[in-house]
Amino acid sequence: MALQSLDIKRRSATTMPPPSIRKTADVAKLIDISKCIGCKACQAACLEWNDLHEAVGINVGSYQNPPDLTPESWTLMRFSEVEVPRDGTGEPELAWLIRKDGCMHCAEPGCLEACPAPGAIVQYSNGIVDFQEENCIGCGYCITGCPFNIPRISKRDRKAYKCTLCSDRVAVGLEPACIKACPTQALVFGTKDDMKRHAEDRVAELKERGFATAAVYDPSGVGGTHVMYVLQYGDAELYQGLPRNPRVSPMVKLWKGIFKPVSVALMGLAVVVGFLHYVTVGPNEVKEEKAGQPGAPRN
Amino acid sequence: MTNNWVDIKNANVIVVMGGNAAEAHPVGFKWVVEAKARNKATLIVVDPRFNRTAAVADHYLPIRAGSDIAFLGGVINYLLAHDKIQHQYVVNYTNAPYIVKQGFDFSDGLFTGYSSETRAYDTSSWDYELGSDGYVMVDSTLRDPRCVFQLMKKHYARYTPEVVASLTGIPQDKFLKVCEIIASTAPADRTMTSMYALGWTHHSVGTQNIRTMAMIQLLLGNIGLSGGGMNALRGHSNIQGLTDLGLMSNLMPGYLTLPHKEEQDAATYLAHRTPKPLRPGQFNYWSNYSKFYASLMKAVYGGAATAANGYCYDWLPKVNVEYDMLRTFDLMAEGKMNGYFCQGFNPLQAFPYKSKLIRALSNLKFLVVMDPLATETSEFWQNHGKYNDVDPRHINTEVFRLPTTCFAEEDGSLINSSRWLQWHYKGADGPGESRTDIVIMADLFIRIRDKYRKEGGAFPDPILNLDWAYVIPHSPHPSELATELNGRALEDIVDPKTKQTLLHKGQQVDGFFQLRDDGKTACGCWLFAGSWTSKGNQMARRDTSDPSGRGLYSSWAWSWPANRRIMYNRASCDPAGKPWDFNRRLIWWNGSKWVGFDVPDYKPDAAPSQDMGPFIMNAEGVGRLFGRQLLKDGPFPEHYEPFETPLGTNPLHPKVISNPVAKLYSASMELFGKTSDFPYVGTTYRLTELFHYWGKHCRINAVLQPQQFVEISEELAREKGIGNGDPVVVWNRRGQIEAVALVTKRLKPLKVNGRTVYHVGIPIHWGFTGVAKKGYPANALTPFVGDADAGTPEFKAFLVNLRKA
Repeated sequence: MALQSLDIKRRSATTMPPPSIRKTADVAKLIDISKCIGCKACQAACLEWNDLHEAVGINVGSYQNPPDLTPESWTLMRFSEVEVPRDGTGEPELAWLIRKDGCMHCAEPGCLEACPAPGAIVQYSNGIVDFQEENCIGCGYCITGCPFNIPRISKRDRKAYKCTLCSDRVAVGLEPACIKACPTQALVFGTKDDMKRHAEDRVAELKERGFATAAVYDPSGVGGTHVMYVLQYGDAELYQGLPRNPRVSPMVKLWKGIFKPVSVALMGLAVVVGFLHYVTVGPNEVKEEKAGQPGAPRN
Repeated sequence: MTNNWVDIKNANVIVVMGGNAAEAHPVGFKWVVEAKARNKATLIVVDPRFNRTAAVADHYLPIRAGSDIAFLGGVINYLLAHDKIQHQYVVNYTNAPYIVKQGFDFSDGLFTGYSSETRAYDTSSWDYELGSDGYVMVDSTLRDPRCVFQLMKKHYARYTPEVVASLTGIPQDKFLKVCEIIASTAPADRTMTSMYALGWTHHSVGTQNIRTMAMIQLLLGNIGLSGGGMNALRGHSNIQGLTDLGLMSNLMPGYLTLPHKEEQDAATYLAHRTPKPLRPGQFNYWSNYSKFYASLMKAVYGGAATAANGYCYDWLPKVNVEYDMLRTFDLMAEGKMNGYFCQGFNPLQAFPYKSKLIRALSNLKFLVVMDPLATETSEFWQNHGKYNDVDPRHINTEVFRLPTTCFAEEDGSLINSSRWLQWHYKGADGPGESRTDIVIMADLFIRIRDKYRKEGGAFPDPILNLDWAYVIPHSPHPSELATELNGRALEDIVDPKTKQTLLHKGQQVDGFFQLRDDGKTACGCWLFAGSWTSKGNQMARRDTSDPSGRGLYSSWAWSWPANRRIMYNRASCDPAGKPWDFNRRLIWWNGSKWVGFDVPDYKPDAAPSQDMGPFIMNAEGVGRLFGRQLLKDGPFPEHYEPFETPLGTNPLHPKVISNPVAKLYSASMELFGKTSDFPYVGTTYRLTELFHYWGKHCRINAVLQPQQFVEISEELAREKGIGNGDPVVVWNRRGQIEAVALVTKRLKPLKVNGRTVYHVGIPIHWGFTGVAKKGYPANALTPFVGDADAGTPEFKAFLVNLRKA
């Protein structure tokens, strides 16, 4: 049985109903970009805690290292330089926006929706979306399903990896490693309700400082997220690749919503037809000489 | 720091200038974030680059590297012209009313007394006018044209907003806006804190950069108050301890100074260091110098140190010239120094003009490097292709590497910027053959002493008589050294009035107030007295109680001096002894003595009516707006251009362009570049991901910042046809580096003195050892010139050229 805080609420490609008698609080990480100094302590802590061995890369003209998320780098500070008015209308001023990127732990996770491998992606009752790599078949559908372009498939084992929100730590009452490492409390962790309240307080303070368009990022298109941002300039698109209105790809909806029942129906039809064939025509017979051939793959 | 890290949360305005706190001190920076969140503080960043601190600032001003005094002088002018000063504080707690000697003057960029031959000042006129009573004459109305206030006003009247804009490149409106915010802390209930680091020290006017801000803080009444102060952010975790223990060529522990060659007897030495009070009724704390000196010498030489021999005064080296690092390497390069011990230091990376350093190290007979890592210095003789193009066949230096443990592999204390001595415990054994620095030094000492014992020598006494009474002589325990630094009684000490025994023989002293100059106490560092008393190791305290409610945490670890958390805290009260601001109260006069949350930086029973000044370490008892003869380059800071100036002139005084008394070295001077050949301003700095030259040895740090880069503006990149990520060559007459170009909006061309100035930002971290991509030392480019007072090289402003590789 899973630990209480890690009761599985949803499981990929499974129709079995989840256990539901216990109710755990939804957790959330809040990333306050207006407090972030881009020190990358979170990135280092993630590599340390998860024992990941990212390669020493090259500089491609940025503070952003490695340049993108990888199967070994589950979180990444993305740096963008923009010129934008603080009050939304006045003279643009330079801003260096540093966004900690990583899995958003959507309430309605597109990855889980898209995943065809039973139990390769799970959602715990506290909201954490976790990959169970032993069940992963490396098909990459989770990448298609993710509106934030987060999962990365390792070339070494053909399995998908991403931030676990330190489900192992959270399960035993600890905060995620990145939270513990953050020196400025730009990263905080708690129940989703508390984090929402904290985020609203921060937005109010930013507005007082002249950031007229400051806003909380908790996009409804994916049912809200368990990783939220405080965006001092409000507009998500200023923050290197953060979508304004993330939604799960219609192809996934199509695959799971329409194609899946249709294909299940087709499969069922095949069984029925096969049965009818058996009843009406009789079993397929294998000719002696063909069955005895060596080298036919068994799996 | 005059204050401490936690106290930054109490500031109303935070100015980060001459440093990049978020980048270089990310953990301490939490207190800035706290001040913003809880105290609605305004954060101002003044820097050539829009850096990580600027990313979370309320106001960012881009400034030309090397023009800080122009900016700060402009602020002084603004405060005086708009009368935005804390009047009572300035009149009572600074030397503003003091009358300056007739004869002192400043014109055409020079103070009185300059000799171009010796490149030095005769500073005799840089002092106060004394009255017939022997005390300084004052004019509390501040109207006398010869008083410090009026002279200062005249000096900085030249720093108009137009001049500031023209020298610094900061637009006038932005400058004035920031002046207004700074001035908002003049009222007694508002404070500003100044956070600075190497961005101010690494200039040929480094000491004066810091002094200028200290003057602003005095004018605003922000020194001694919670949320105020001058807060130096120390770069290494124990660099504060280095200076506290006097690991400089002219210092002894506790900021006592080594004798000069003219001071051949102890009486002269002590007389020069025991000032007389300059105003009636002053505490004049350095009058205790002889106690600190005698106790130090008793700790060093034990029984051999007696009153009769001036506590072994003759064995102390007498300084003829200052052996700062630049001079040391200059001597090495000239073949005048042939052995070098390098402990916890990587000079090949850390010092300017790398090719000269290689020449210097190659001239040595032997080089000993004590370090946990293989450093560039220990491997200087290895060929690493273009990164270190040397021929080992032509280097005869014998190099010894003595592997040391790192801080986590030994017990001991570290002193942070807050002046806290924090005891820590060993976390693991060191790897391989590593030994602690203490064990290596002890072993060396014992072997050297044995040789002197057996073979004699030119001057064996100071070695043979060194007090070495440790339980295991070749491995003194850190606790033995710590108790020795705290000090103890060598005999029973009896109060002459009450006949009570104050300290028993062998008992640890409670504080430096118990130290004596009669040889009855020994103390390795008077500033640390109180850190390990008969109550135990105070540095190991971990009590988070905070009765002040403002973050003093007086029972956490131990803070020098005397566990005082905010220095000069007497100045947090008005002359009558009442806190200027009740909410910021630290100490107060209760009618019979000084009490409060912090340890008073004052004579505990001196009633306010005694008129004793709050700056008890000064013979005046007040803060110095006029610096007298204490700095070599003038009593008032003045803007001088960097030695490699992009302007080619100093618009304030074209005949005196750069600091006339900065430390210059002949063979290096000829390599100064001119703006016609090297049109861009180079400036070096550090990044969060890599700690100095060590971070690159750690894999994760190397992942986070793998490869050497330089930062240039989009405008310069366009002009030079350089794309983001292109390889570029940066060079000047001292050397060249190759790096990836990081083209950024965060560096802007500045309009300075009618021309456009571009900066080239050069992070320093890469080298030819470690696990990051190999790189060049940034110090291939930096000039060999030092600040007049501290000798710190000018790493922050020099000239380079740049092209696409």
